[in-house]
Parts: sequence; structure tokens; C-alpha cells
Amino acid sequence: MIEVSDLHKSFGDLEVLRGIDLAVEAGEVVCVIGPSGSGKSTLLRCVNLLEQPTSGTVTVDGVELTDPECDLDAVRRRIGMVFQQFNLFPHLSVLANVTVAQRNVLRRPMADARRVARDNLERVGLGDKIDAYPAQLSGGQQQRVAIARALAMGPSVMLFDEPTSALDPELVGDVLGVMRGLAHDGMTMMVVTHEMTFAREVADRVIFMDGGLIVEEGPAAELIGAPSTDRARTFLSRVLDPAAAQVGEVEDT
Amino acid sequence: MVEGAAPRLTRRRRRQLVLSAEYLVFAVLIVVLVFQADWHQIHTNFGNWSIAKQLFPDIITVGLRNTLIFTVTGFAFGLAGGLVLALMRLSSAAPYRWFALAYIEVFRGLPALLIFVFVGTGVPLAFPGANLPGGVYGQAALALALVSAAYMAETVRAGIEAVPRGQTEAARSLGMSHGKAMRSIVIPQALRIVIPPLTNELVLLFKDSSLALYLGITLQQRELSKFAKDAASQQGNTTPIIMAAVCYLIITIPLSYLARRLEARQKKGQR
Repeated sequence: MIEVSDLHKSFGDLEVLRGIDLAVEAGEVVCVIGPSGSGKSTLLRCVNLLEQPTSGTVTVDGVELTDPECDLDAVRRRIGMVFQQFNLFPHLSVLANVTVAQRNVLRRPMADARRVARDNLERVGLGDKIDAYPAQLSGGQQQRVAIARALAMGPSVMLFDEPTSALDPELVGDVLGVMRGLAHDGMTMMVVTHEMTFAREVADRVIFMDGGLIVEEGPAAELIGAPSTDRARTFLSRVLDPAAAQVGEVEDT
Repeated sequence: MVEGAAPRLTRRRRRQLVLSAEYLVFAVLIVVLVFQADWHQIHTNFGNWSIAKQLFPDIITVGLRNTLIFTVTGFAFGLAGGLVLALMRLSSAAPYRWFALAYIEVFRGLPALLIFVFVGTGVPLAFPGANLPGGVYGQAALALALVSAAYMAETVRAGIEAVPRGQTEAARSLGMSHGKAMRSIVIPQALRIVIPPLTNELVLLFKDSSLALYLGITLQQRELSKFAKDAASQQGNTTPIIMAAVCYLIITIPLSYLARRLEARQKKGQR
């Protein structure tokens, strides 16, 4: 479903991705973990070309996005994306947030767009918030609206860029619950996250990145339970039990 | 307090003295002005009620009406032009950016009076036979639009840039083209941000509309300032000027107040 090969991305002199090869099968849930600055968000943003790769190819659902002739707007309809900061449209109601792109991109009639929006808002447990505005919702509710907004386009792939990192700890569970349900329904998902419990339970495969490279990848239970590289082991032990971390064992840049 | 040489004044006492001195100076100035002025002259020349009464209803039905028409049409075309210029300023095509920047610099750097004279005399010469719809009304709208578009372009550009990048990214990730994302997501938010500064621009335009007198207008096309100026010289009395001033302030003070309210509300709305 997603194929990335020899992907490089530099911001000026800073080389953020240094040759990534990756394939995600249809229906697969892949979690990308790693320290900040490892390039995992950049990788995800390259998959729908929000970030233009310096070199390499990205293919989604049989369409090569890195081809200069590619109709990006057409492919992006099939790639849902959820952001760390939700990025709901603050001037539109919840319902309008979920219908606006159905209307002006898919040209769906208003009645259909509304029905699809309602169905998806029900799916994320917010059927009663249709008339609210984003500012009136909690972070967890906003993020679930953002998920409904992406789902309403009928995507074949969903990308999640640290979807719970900006949430109150108490509200993380609602969002993860929705994502778990999606995975259960067979959605192809690529998730950049620090939620190791979620990754272990839901992901089919986990990718550990550091320094712009994939350091290790494998089945979730294996990689998180018994990582084979030192770097992944240190990272995981520190994330899973921050209190036990040794000062100076990793370079703090 | 410094030890030893005890100061004669405590800090509080000194502050009281300074404050009373300030009030005293102000009061003296007022008293001098009041006693020096010739109140009889002021009353007959500035607040002459019988002359004021003669101004009605024309000061409203001709003067204020034309001022409002000039302002509103000029503002509407200016806003449209400003929006286009702002988008050109942010365009990825360099010639557009250069043109917009040149336009903005030129028209912000010139006195509005020059633009009015230019529109009144230069445009008919440069484009012979091309009569602006509405005659003087078209000319006034064009002149005011040319001036205000330059200012509004910079305001609108700042508004567009103030919309977080995540908004465009979210719109693009849903498959919207750049144009659609601008139209339905970025520009509506940008316009909301710039409503207070645009209201201030409206106040400025309202005053600049007085320059329409340089366009060669007929009696029925006079706006407030020209109307008052004519009436004042006809009557040999300044009361019409005062009346016109009151008409301007009746519009501008509530508008400025509204702009401040909107601005305060926006500041509060930001999280």
C-alpha cells in the first residue's frame, strides 16, 4: 500500500532522512518510534508529500507521488492525515470541518456530505458535538473530530503524526481507543507515536528510527519487548521507565 | 528614608505636590483661553443656530450622503484590490511579487491629493473616451480604491501570514488545491484577523473622501467638506464647518470604538 525507497530529505545542510526503505501492506498497522529529531515525523510528512523529499520515491496505492506529473491533490484524497496539533479549522463548526473537503474536493451533495460526516462523528463518539466550534472542545475531542474529518474522505491509508502528544494524559485514551477501533476494522495505518503500550498492542510492526535511518524493525512485541540493537534498547528502557534512566547514557543534543 | 539628613518631603507628599502642580498648569491654561476668547464672536460665528438650521436637510441628503457613497464604494473596490495585491505579494511568481511591491510602495508614498488630481485630469487624458461608470462617483471610488488598496494589501498580507501553517497543511492533506485551501480555509480566517485594522482604514477613507472636491463636482455631488466650505463662504460664517465636523465625528467615533472593541475581543479569544 505504501512503498518508500531510498528516501532522502535535507533541510539546508541538515540531513534529516538518510535513505529510508519501507513498505506497508494493505490492512497493516505500522508504528514508527524513536527519539525526537530522528526524522520520524518528516518521514510521515514525506508519505503524502507535505514535505518534498530531496531524493527517492514514495508510492501509495500504486501511484508514485514523487513523480512530477502526479496529481497530488487526487492522491491526497486517499491519504488521511492526523496532526499533533489537530489543525481543525477554527472558523468552522464541527460539522463544517468534516464536510468542507467532501464538498469542495469530492463535490459530494450537501445531504450526502452531512450523512457521511454524522456517521464518522458517531464513529469517534462525538455525534452530539456537531454544532460545536473547535474552541469549545477539549483536545481529545478536537483530535477525534480531526480523525473523523480525515475518514470522511474515504481514505485507503491513514497517517498519524504523534496524535496524542499534545493531549492531557487523561484524554489520550479516547483517541487511542478510536485508533484501535480503526485498526480493528482493517484500516492501513502508519503511526508516529511515543505510546509504547498502544504500539505493542495494536501495531503489526514497529519501526525504530534514529539519526534519519531505520535502525531496527520487527513485530511489535519482539521489538518493544526484546530489541536487538543497543540504541533501541536504551531508548525503550528510558521511555518505558523514565525514572530508571542513567544520566549521560545517551547524547543529549 | 535616608538616615541623618531627614528629607523634608516624603515620597507620597512629593507625588501629591507634582500632581497638583500639573493640574494647576492645566487649569491656568483653560482659564486664560476662556477669558481671552471672544465669546460673542464665537457664538455668532461657530454656533449660529439660525445658520445651522438652514443647512438642513441638504447637509445630510447631499453632503453626508455623497461622503458615504464615496467612502463605501472606495472601500469595497480598495478591499478587492488589496486582497488581489496581497495574494500577488505572496505569489510564487516573482513578477507578481515585484509588481505588488512596487504598487504598494508607490501608492503609500504619494499624498492622496495627488491621486485625486491624477484621476480627475490624468486618467481622462490617458484613456480618452473611457468614461468611468458613474462619472464623478466612479472617479472618486477609483481614486480612493487606488490609495486604500495599497494600505489594505499590507494589512491583508499580514493577516494571511498570521494564519498558522498547520491550517494550510490540513487543507492540503484533505486533497484541496492551493487555491481551494486559500479560498475556504486561509482567507476567511485572515479576514477575521484583519477586521479591526480594516475598520481603522475605513475611518481614514471616510476622511480622505473630502478630497473628491478636486474632481470637479457639481452642486449635487458635493460631499460634506465641500458642502460646508461653500456654505461657510456664502454665509461668511464658520458654523457650517462645525456642523460638518459633527457629522464626521458622528460616524468616525463609533467606528473607532467598534474597531477597539473587536480588537479587544480578538485578543481575549486567543489562547
